[in-house]
Amino acid sequence: MKNLGLVAYLDIKESLRAKWFYVYAFVFGGLMGLFFISGITDSVVMGFTGLSRLLLVFIQVTIIILPIFILTTTVKSIAGDRESNVLEYMLSFPISLKEYYWGKFIGRFVTVFFPVVIALFIGVAWGLYKGGNQMPWAMITLYSMLIFSICVVFLGIAFFISTLVKSHDVAIGLSFAVWIVLLAFIDVALIGLMMQNRISDDLIITIAMLNPIETFRIGAIALFDPELTVIGPVAYYLLDSLGHSLLIVYAVLYPVILGMLFAFFGYNAFKKRDLL
Amino acid sequence: MPDKKIVEARNVVKQFMGERVLDDVTISIDLGDKIAMMGPNGAGKTTFVRSMLGFYHIDSGKIQIEGLDPIKSRTKVLKEISFIPQLPPPVKLNVAELLEYVERSSDTPSSRIAEEAKAMDLDIDAQMQKPFFKLSGGMKQKLLIAIALARKSKLFVFDEPTANLDPKAREHFYKLLSGIDYPHSTIFITHRIEEVEGLANRKIYMDLGKVVEDERL
Ligand SMILES: Nc1ncnc2c1ncn2[C@@H]1O[C@H](COP(=O)(O)OP(=O)(O)OP(=O)(O)O)[C@@H](O)[C@H]1O
Ligand SMILES: [Mg+2]
Repeated sequence: MKNLGLVAYLDIKESLRAKWFYVYAFVFGGLMGLFFISGITDSVVMGFTGLSRLLLVFIQVTIIILPIFILTTTVKSIAGDRESNVLEYMLSFPISLKEYYWGKFIGRFVTVFFPVVIALFIGVAWGLYKGGNQMPWAMITLYSMLIFSICVVFLGIAFFISTLVKSHDVAIGLSFAVWIVLLAFIDVALIGLMMQNRISDDLIITIAMLNPIETFRIGAIALFDPELTVIGPVAYYLLDSLGHSLLIVYAVLYPVILGMLFAFFGYNAFKKRDLL
Repeated sequence: MPDKKIVEARNVVKQFMGERVLDDVTISIDLGDKIAMMGPNGAGKTTFVRSMLGFYHIDSGKIQIEGLDPIKSRTKVLKEISFIPQLPPPVKLNVAELLEYVERSSDTPSSRIAEEAKAMDLDIDAQMQKPFFKLSGGMKQKLLIAIALARKSKLFVFDEPTANLDPKAREHFYKLLSGIDYPHSTIFITHRIEEVEGLANRKIYMDLGKVVEDERL
């Protein structure tokens, strides 16, 4: 397994020099900066004040842009490596497919996870400096865990798409499709469906529960708004049937499990099909 | 000493989208064979060597490298093979990182790669921090050759490795190749037989996925 670390380490070094990584880090860092400048930390809206509000807004924006970033950059680099024959060369060395695939997965994970979490911590540091109130430990812990799981699920999907689809363009297109569909099925759209009354509530709840973007939002807000009134009726039903802590556990664990499943399917396809 | 078999490919068929790119290919390679593999574009030469390296799952037939299946025993098989692809891949790692990858995955000291590179007039110490894909075409090719030679493999697979080399570099390359001082085999894909004159002792000609000629020189 020595090569697992090698592949991960070199992938990280490569990413740290890549343009997409700078854009990525800049977007999340910039987002935080924007919030500071706009004085979001000073306002009081909907009962959330200062730091909590900052983090909540950050996490809400994150859930929209993080998935598409992870999907497109990962798919681009993996499908791109295959199309440009980099994969052919790298795999002509005695390295097992297991080490290569999972090494890439770990390397990618590190490069997508840390910039977001670091931005989160910078936000907290800034908030403490400005407001000086208590360290919001519960929030930091939960948000770090939620970011962790959302990174795993979208990396899993991205690895799955890029091993299954050989063409770079098709893979990118598919990533966009996945993102749009998941976004369409967050609460807003679901409420619309509900109001039509033609679709059973159970089905709508199930769709919501299966959508990692929705579980992420619910998990993120459940911490402040125990009634989940801000998100809408679907979240409210979920809360009612699962209970508060179980809901949060579900929001953290489900995406990890889903992501690992996709990653394993991807690995299987990688082993069983032509590599090039 | 009886000939030692390195590669045994029997009745290999590989299809892409219904087209038989390898059509009942049988080739067996002994230790010491220096093969010039020729044939028109699209004949299936690259597909054949890729199948040997375990990149493709063949539809029928059998390929073994020293008795091992290149997919099931991937790492063992690839330990014995040095491969240079048809086009230098645009690897984004810098030279130092690429050497680290080779050194750690294939137990090949970087110092040995540097020596081989020097023999081809390439000073890699000056290039260490450059991303591989930013080297000049000829420098890339030289580095790939240096890596391949430094690995001291039993089997060398070169898919048209000299395309980007100036005449002097080509001379160096041939000298290095003929200077390998231990038993080994080479598959040299080329479009010009005069390129490998003196290096090859066997010629395989492929067309339309079939071996149409296989003769000792
Ligand atoms: N991954 C692939 N998917 C689909 N078709 C492929 C693939 N690889 C090769 N082919 C097809 O197989 C045929 C043989 O290609 P191959 O690359 O083996 O030829 P070649 O003999 O190396 O030619 P050249 O001298 O041009 O390098 C071509 O028709 C090519 O289009
Ligand atoms: Mg070819």
